[in-house]
Amino acid sequence: MNHFPEAWGRPRDDVYGAYNPLYLQTTGPKAHTQSPAVTGTSVVAVKFNGGVAIAADNLASYGSLARFTDVKRLRKFGESAIVGFSGDVSDMQYIDRLLESIDIRENYSTNGNTLNAKNLHTYLSKVLYKRRSEFNPLWNHILVAGFDEDKKPFLSSADLLGTTFSAPHLATGFGAHLAIPILRRLFPEETPLESISKDEAVAALRECIKVLWYRDARSLDKYSLAVVTEAGIEIQEDQQVEAQSWAFAEAIKGYGAQVN
Amino acid sequence: MFRNNYDNDAVTFSPQGRIFQVEYAQEAVKQGSVVVGLVNKTHAVLVGLKRNAEELSSYQKKIIEVDSHMGIAIAGLASDARVLSNFMKQQSLSSRMTYGRPLPVDRIVSQIGDRAQTNTQQYGKRPYGVGLLVAGVDESGPHLFEFQPSGMTQEMLACAIGARSQMARTYLERNLDKLESSSRDELITHGLRALKETLSQDKELTVDNTSVGVVGVAGEAGRGKIESFKLYEGQLLVPLLEALEAAEAGETKEEETMEVDS
Repeated sequence: MNHFPEAWGRPRDDVYGAYNPLYLQTTGPKAHTQSPAVTGTSVVAVKFNGGVAIAADNLASYGSLARFTDVKRLRKFGESAIVGFSGDVSDMQYIDRLLESIDIRENYSTNGNTLNAKNLHTYLSKVLYKRRSEFNPLWNHILVAGFDEDKKPFLSSADLLGTTFSAPHLATGFGAHLAIPILRRLFPEETPLESISKDEAVAALRECIKVLWYRDARSLDKYSLAVVTEAGIEIQEDQQVEAQSWAFAEAIKGYGAQVN
Repeated sequence: MFRNNYDNDAVTFSPQGRIFQVEYAQEAVKQGSVVVGLVNKTHAVLVGLKRNAEELSSYQKKIIEVDSHMGIAIAGLASDARVLSNFMKQQSLSSRMTYGRPLPVDRIVSQIGDRAQTNTQQYGKRPYGVGLLVAGVDESGPHLFEFQPSGMTQEMLACAIGARSQMARTYLERNLDKLESSSRDELITHGLRALKETLSQDKELTVDNTSVGVVGVAGEAGRGKIESFKLYEGQLLVPLLEALEAAEAGETKEEETMEVDS
């Protein structure tokens, strides 16, 4: 079997015969806007009694290279909403500029910015959907945390296709596979929001970030953590994964140099 | 030949610093039949007097629902008002579509204010010949705004524009203290009484010539919820006009007893 990367995702030559290179287009429409370049990995978030907690590590990867290690992927909007970005970092910066200009425009009004997290999520999902319909997607999967119009905790996601999804806890990227099962075990489906405290939610996120650091090769042990409550936003951008233990790595077999 | 050299377009000042076309547009508002608007802590009410061009025609619409949280009352050229109300409807819809949020009242008012002002500064344009009262609710409660063809907009506690509106304004000024603490129904009655003040001797408020629009915040139970804009016309007006009569009867009785006392 051919293990070289250029063969990944292609029909096997020994089964289907050699691939006819004529099918590979050398000329064609510009396509570099249709794949990400510098990317951020998972964002994880949990709703609790009276607010939402959200976390993301501080890494921006260039392919598999850990290129930038101090990128803030949690962005504040107004006084009570946080947007967490995974995916392309330059697209994140573009969306961030969009949000900045909306915030400025909103604050010209006598009543100030009245857009809550739910309004913001609706807006962002429309932006993402418009761009994907132009075949020029913003390569991000975002989580929006804050409050809805009834002052209830709000958490929802939107991806590069404009698909929206909401749940008491959400994760993007690798976290969708690694963190969601942990969060589901900690806070089963029937758990009422009122029974989850802020400390429990934050502890769960730290645990998820640690597992992601162990198992996601595009992650970092430095991360940001934000908590949105009625009182406002607390954001800590210099967190470190504590109490690491790589003992479990001994038991992993079947990868790398050690084969059996 | 020309009576006035400085009213050929809307962009030229007179040596006295006036823009005549804008002033003429404001006259068009004064020709329109009267509309009254007023607010208390929970509700905003619009009341209008409808006119029919001739005996056989229908009555010209005075109050238009823009969105479920907002309505306008018009005085002046109805066709110009349609342009503005269609714009307001579109903006409201687009706010609900893109943000999932009802459009804040002060935003849309300053938007139409900006549009109207542009018409007074660009060659070849003319000002809107209509004045509006915009009533609506948003996160900061009920609001009433006045809009003039000059592009001027103002938030008001109570206001009246149109023909003979001075009489209504006098009534509103006299009763301003009572308005804020009044109930929803009392506020409507105050509006109808202000409207009645403007009528000439031989006219009366009827179910045909009166129009009432009400919008407000819902009671304590539904926090942040609204009582949607409701237009009262035709038979729906009967209870409101009865309440008006009852209020006036009560007032005259009070006056009589006071006379007896003195």
